[in-house]
Amino acid sequence: MVTGTLLQLHTPLGDEILKLKAGDRVELSGLVYTARDEAHLRMQKEGIPFDPKGAVIYHCGPVVKDDRIVAAGPTTSARMNDLSGFLFDHGIRALIGKGGMASTVREQLRGRGVYFAFTGGCAALAASHMTLKGVHFPDLGMAEAVWVIELDRLPLVVGIDSQGNDIFDAVRENAKKSFRQKMTRERA
Amino acid sequence: MQTPEHSPLFAALASATLTAYRNAVIRLPPDVLKTIRQAAAAEKNEVAQGEFANILANIETAERLGVPMCQDTGVPVIYLTLPPGVPLTQALYNAVAEGVRRATGEIPLRPNVVDPLTRHNTGDNTGTGMPAVHVRPGDRFTVTVLPKGAGAENVSRLVMLLPSQVNKIEEVVVETMLKAEGRPCPPVVLGVGIGGTSDGAMALAKEALLQPIDRMTDFEHQLCDAVNKLGIGPMGLGGSTTALAVKVKTAACHTASLPVAVNVQCWANRHAIVEVEW
Repeated sequence: MVTGTLLQLHTPLGDEILKLKAGDRVELSGLVYTARDEAHLRMQKEGIPFDPKGAVIYHCGPVVKDDRIVAAGPTTSARMNDLSGFLFDHGIRALIGKGGMASTVREQLRGRGVYFAFTGGCAALAASHMTLKGVHFPDLGMAEAVWVIELDRLPLVVGIDSQGNDIFDAVRENAKKSFRQKMTRERA
Repeated sequence: MQTPEHSPLFAALASATLTAYRNAVIRLPPDVLKTIRQAAAAEKNEVAQGEFANILANIETAERLGVPMCQDTGVPVIYLTLPPGVPLTQALYNAVAEGVRRATGEIPLRPNVVDPLTRHNTGDNTGTGMPAVHVRPGDRFTVTVLPKGAGAENVSRLVMLLPSQVNKIEEVVVETMLKAEGRPCPPVVLGVGIGGTSDGAMALAKEALLQPIDRMTDFEHQLCDAVNKLGIGPMGLGGSTTALAVKVKTAACHTASLPVAVNVQCWANRHAIVEVEW
C-alpha cells in the first residue's frame, strides 16, 4: 500500500473537505465520535454532547475492553439515512461508515461535508489506528454509546463528496442496468 | 450422582465452544483466505484494490494481536456432531451456552443478543433460542461455531419459486445482491439452499457456507459469475469481485414447491470446528 502518498486530513475539519472528490483516498487523524441508531435518537432529543463544529461521526459500535478499543469497524450507514440531517445543521462536516447513504443525505452534504467509506469488517485494522479518549451516553451500552476516539491516519475513501458525486450511487445504477440487460436477454 | 453442569462432558463442550469461537473470530479458514488473496490479486479497480489492501491488512492485524477481525462478532450459530456414545440432552445445550458466555467475556465478543421486542440486551450473547444450536449424528464429537454478523444476515432472503421456474434460480441469487449492494460487506460468500421446506431451505443456505469455498461446481461457478457481472465490488464501491464464491446445497421438496434461500455472508466467512475431548 502506498499510504505515504495519501492526502492527510485532521479534525476538526474545515473547508478543505469541499475540494475532495468521490474516489479520493485519504488518511484521517484526530477526534471522531461513534454513533449508531440509538445515539442519533438520543442526540436529537438531548443535544449533541460534544462540540460539533468540524466534527466527524463514525458509524460504529466498537468492542471495548479495559478502556481500550479492541475492534471498531464501520456499521451499515443506511440505517442512519433519516437520522442524520440535524448533524450537518450543527456543523458536523463528515461521516464515516460503510455501504453509503440515501440521496437525501447526499443532498444534505452538498456544499457542507463528505461521507467517507471505511472498509467493512476491518475492525482490528481500525483499532490499531485508535486511542480511546472518552464516552458519552454509556447507558446505551457498548455498541450504541458515543465513544470519543482519537484516530491516527485511518485510511478512508471519499464515498460521497460535497458536490453530489456518489460512488455508491454510480455503482448501484450500473448494477441495475446490468441486471435489466440480463433479464431482457433471457426473455428474448 | 454428578449434576450435568459438573460432568466432564459439560466442561469439555463448554471449553471446546470457547476455543472454536476464539478461532472463528480471529482467523479465517485457509480456503477463505486463499480465495480473498486470489480475488485481491485479480482486481483492477483502484478503489477496490484499496479495499482489498485494508481487508488483508486487517486479517494480518487480527492474527498478530489475537483480537476479533470484525467488531460485529455476530450471533452464535453452532453445529454439533454427536457420536453414538454421546446422548442428546439439555445439558449439551447448556454447555454450549456456557461456552458462549465465557467467549463473550474472555475473547471478548461484543454482546449482540437482545430480546426481539423489548430490545433488551442480555449482555452475554445468550437468550431464548440463542445460541442457535443444530445437532447431527456423526463419527466424532465436534462443535462448529459460525458467528453471523447482522449486515450480511439482514439481506438474506427466501423466495418460494414455482416448480416451473427452475431457470429463475440464478435471477433470485443475482437479485439478492442487487438489492443488498454494499450493505453485507462484499465481496460476499453466498450460501444457496434449494428445495426442502421454507425453513429447511434457509438452514441449508447457511450450512452451505461451511463448505470449502476454493472449489465450486459448474452450477456454482455460473451463479458466481452472474453475481460478479453486477460490478458492485468490495463494499459496494465497484470492482470485479462482488462474490468470492457461491455454494449450493439441495434437498428434496414438494412437487408443487421450489424454495430458494440465499444466505449472504460477508468477506469474513468465519467458522471454526473443534473436536470435543472428554
